[in-house]
Amino acid sequence: MSFPLLSTVVFAPLLGALLLLAIPNRQNARDGLVRGLALGISLLVFVLTLLVWRAFDGRSADFQLVERVAWIPAFGIEYHVGVDGISLWLIVLTGFLTPLALLSSWIGIEKKVKEFSFFVLALQAGMLGVFVSLDLFLFYIFWDAMLIPMYFLIGIWGYDQRIYAAIKFILYTMAGSVLMLIAIIGLAVLHAQATGQYSFNLLRLYELSIEPRTQLWFFLAFALAFAIKVPLFPFHTWLPDAHVQAPTAGSVILAGVLLKMGTYGLIRFAFPLFPDAALQVAPFLGTLAVIGIVYGALVAMVQPDMKKLVAYSSVSHMGFIVLGICAANVQGMQGAVYQMLNHGVSTGGLFLIVGMLSDRRHTRQIAEYGGLKHVMPKLVAAFLILTLSSIAMPGLNGFVGEFLTLMGAYRWRPVLAAVAATGVILSAVYMLWMFQRVNYGALTNPKNKQLPDLSPREWAAIGPTLVMAVVMGVVPNLFLAPMAPAVDRLVQRLHAQRPALARTAAHDVVGAGRVRRAGKVTAGQVRPLRVEVRPLRVEPSRAALSLEP
Amino acid sequence: MTDFQAIMPTLIVTLTAIVTMVAESFQPKGDKVPLGGLGLIGLAGAALASVLLWGRDLTGFGVMRADNFALFVNVTLCAIGILTILFSGPVVDRERIPSGEYYALTLFGISGMMLMAGASDLLLIFLALEVMSLSVYVLTGIRRSSEKGAEAAFKYFLLGSFSSAFFLYGIAFTYAVVGSTRLDQVAATLAGQADGPSVMVLLALGLLLVGFAFKVSAVPFHMWTPDAYEGAPTVVTGFMSTGVKAAAFAAFIRVFLSAFEPLHAEWAPVVSAIAVATMVLGTTVGVAQNNVKRMLAYSSIAHGGYLLVGLVAANSVGKAGMLFYLLAYGVTNVAAFGTMALLSTEDHPHENVRDFAGLWQRRPVLAAMMTVFLLSLGGLPPTAGFVAKWYVFAAAVQEGYFGIAIIGVLTSVISVYFYLRIVVMMYMSEDVAVDPAPLVPRSALAGLALATAAIFYLGVVPTRVINLAVQSVQGLF
Repeated sequence: MSFPLLSTVVFAPLLGALLLLAIPNRQNARDGLVRGLALGISLLVFVLTLLVWRAFDGRSADFQLVERVAWIPAFGIEYHVGVDGISLWLIVLTGFLTPLALLSSWIGIEKKVKEFSFFVLALQAGMLGVFVSLDLFLFYIFWDAMLIPMYFLIGIWGYDQRIYAAIKFILYTMAGSVLMLIAIIGLAVLHAQATGQYSFNLLRLYELSIEPRTQLWFFLAFALAFAIKVPLFPFHTWLPDAHVQAPTAGSVILAGVLLKMGTYGLIRFAFPLFPDAALQVAPFLGTLAVIGIVYGALVAMVQPDMKKLVAYSSVSHMGFIVLGICAANVQGMQGAVYQMLNHGVSTGGLFLIVGMLSDRRHTRQIAEYGGLKHVMPKLVAAFLILTLSSIAMPGLNGFVGEFLTLMGAYRWRPVLAAVAATGVILSAVYMLWMFQRVNYGALTNPKNKQLPDLSPREWAAIGPTLVMAVVMGVVPNLFLAPMAPAVDRLVQRLHAQRPALARTAAHDVVGAGRVRRAGKVTAGQVRPLRVEVRPLRVEPSRAALSLEP
Repeated sequence: MTDFQAIMPTLIVTLTAIVTMVAESFQPKGDKVPLGGLGLIGLAGAALASVLLWGRDLTGFGVMRADNFALFVNVTLCAIGILTILFSGPVVDRERIPSGEYYALTLFGISGMMLMAGASDLLLIFLALEVMSLSVYVLTGIRRSSEKGAEAAFKYFLLGSFSSAFFLYGIAFTYAVVGSTRLDQVAATLAGQADGPSVMVLLALGLLLVGFAFKVSAVPFHMWTPDAYEGAPTVVTGFMSTGVKAAAFAAFIRVFLSAFEPLHAEWAPVVSAIAVATMVLGTTVGVAQNNVKRMLAYSSIAHGGYLLVGLVAANSVGKAGMLFYLLAYGVTNVAAFGTMALLSTEDHPHENVRDFAGLWQRRPVLAAMMTVFLLSLGGLPPTAGFVAKWYVFAAAVQEGYFGIAIIGVLTSVISVYFYLRIVVMMYMSEDVAVDPAPLVPRSALAGLALATAAIFYLGVVPTRVINLAVQSVQGLF
């Protein structure tokens, strides 16, 4: 067996966290050491995630770097991890954002630095575990265990309403996920009925043929858990509370990675495990996503609190991702995965900026600011780039993702795409308006006159997000290419002709047959979409992939 | 000779209890014999004897089985007992509890519990039940100066005797139909009745069910639980909420899944209704409690409900799951009560939620371990509580009881709410409550650390214990 790279990536932060606990407490005398050590560990983990990227073969759709060990044989439970093009970038994103989150809390977190760093690193381990798990039991363990450190991060280091927000966060998320747990057990039981033994192996469960009614129920159980996590309208109410009350590092990780676990779950589990039910429910989910896009944008517009504004903008942006997934075609899925990364970078960056302002002035009210351009031009420049990235300005990362998801959505349900597109405009309205009120105009508030500009430490925290916003906007293919084979296989799996489909009406069966032939033609020549060259190229054979008559 | 081998674990515990009692009366004035240490040795010996008997499936005197099922429960009981004694040391000194009686009664209680787990005859089960119950009644009221303790003990005793009478009636009716009180003969007779069960049999079944439901504090026979748990010394509450439950469930499983297995279709609906009511009531009422002892009392009622889910499913997964659950819950709950007991004194009981305020600042290690116990009770991974709940719900889903499983997981989310209230107090509250308790001795800390380690062990690498639990129920019923 080769070097267990993925396990190292997952457990390195956990070991690091335990190492931190071993440092004796002495009246905060060693906070500097603890901060440095935690940052060092998180940077090491980032390097490890980059090694995963290096080791990854971008031409294959298979799971790679797979490790598989029996864990609880009585139930066919395995320690089974692997990475494909979809999870690859989420792992790198997690590695990328955690050091930034730690840097951002260098001075904001004053009490119990050791415990804070412990929980951040433990959280990172949990998130990485979610992204690499290929066994549903293992996945659920990471999925649920990860709530605990986040709960403490919000509850101990958050703002005034932190306890309420922390409890709401954990109960909301748990209520959704326990039903998924029942469905996971149900799947294993179905596997046992079909083959005589239990299995939680995702790849084996993909092969199960499940009767439509059961599929629907199981899909709904999975989708609810993920919809709450995303959060999809109307399950989003925990998010503004959690975001506003969380410390900066918590918000960065929450927006940057945690929400992605919901959409990742839809892509990895809910859709491919129950394709018939998924395609059946997709229009409904897509509609909710579009409602979320518009609703989130409208609510964001009227927020007086910057952090809350960014939180609601997340509801809106995450809607695009869900819409892309529901479209269930290559463009939609690729756009969704890409948008997950974009949102992590740009919203993570925005929360960093808001945190820096809040560190200086201890307020996040937009009305308290104004004319910041005159006192801290560097911070404002960074703020501008991230704002533009968030509103999907061409040339920056947000554009590519939103464009792809909208294109996918248009090929699926033009009306939904049209309504969703208004979200793009609205995002420009609320983001630019906020930017204008905070940074432009006269410097009216005397308290803002002496604010220092970005310190080197803050540069180190915000700089990488700026670089990534540009890089991901200019050379999207660097990121899209490795995920393309996995996305293609996923889309084919969703639309493959299945025995269960025989129940549908005659003309659908004809359509499905067409799909299969189209799939055969393109299977060999899968290419990533080269957006920067010919954005509108839609391969005719791919168009036939849609189940639409 | 095999007769004595089969009852060896029980015998060791009983002898230790007697030695403890005698040792106290012979100890020189002012000089303290470490009675707790004696108990620890006895329990460790009993656990060792149980391990040595593993897989031999002996029968003692025709009424006592030393099968893997009983041995698994024995080890669970020994673990509970060892933890209880480790936590008892400072409590007994601090609250001036007569130590000879205390340790002897604890050990007698455990011997009764072990008898109950292995008994294969209804009459012996009844005797074991009484041995166990009488010890626990006295332990509940062992603080003679405490009014609450006296009230709790009296209430527990009255209601307990009442339920014993039900149980005894159940045995009588069973005997009237079958002509024997041996479980295997009951099963054989009931299986042979082609034209459905008679009224007499159903009556016997119902009476036995009431008796067991009382002992495992299932709704609607749970009324005594919060009062008894609140009034008893905290460390005793930990002991009786786990030991009594484990023993009663062991006998419950044995009687209902062997002797009355042929009537599964008759009792399953009733037990599932009880299970649902128990889970729902235990968690929802638990939310409203400010006294942590009462809160954990309702929580332990709810855990009884989760265990009943395994009984309803009645498949091999369910049986093994219940054994695993009893171990996980036993270790966790006894440790949670133990932490509270270690923090309280006679004048300042550490019982209200507010008393936990800022525990993190005062005693970071204790707070961290208490958090682990609470998260395990709430069933969050990667703790023992998660695997245990997962196990019984898996059993229910396997038999198609989706409704019960869904109610089970949703109520466990509710329960997380009140467990987290304590965590909130410990970690997130601004104010810091006074710390009444003096030093916590190393032995007690070691007990807590042991429990924490066990919880993570059972939560992360449960394979070995799951395999043992599966072996315990194989070919048994």
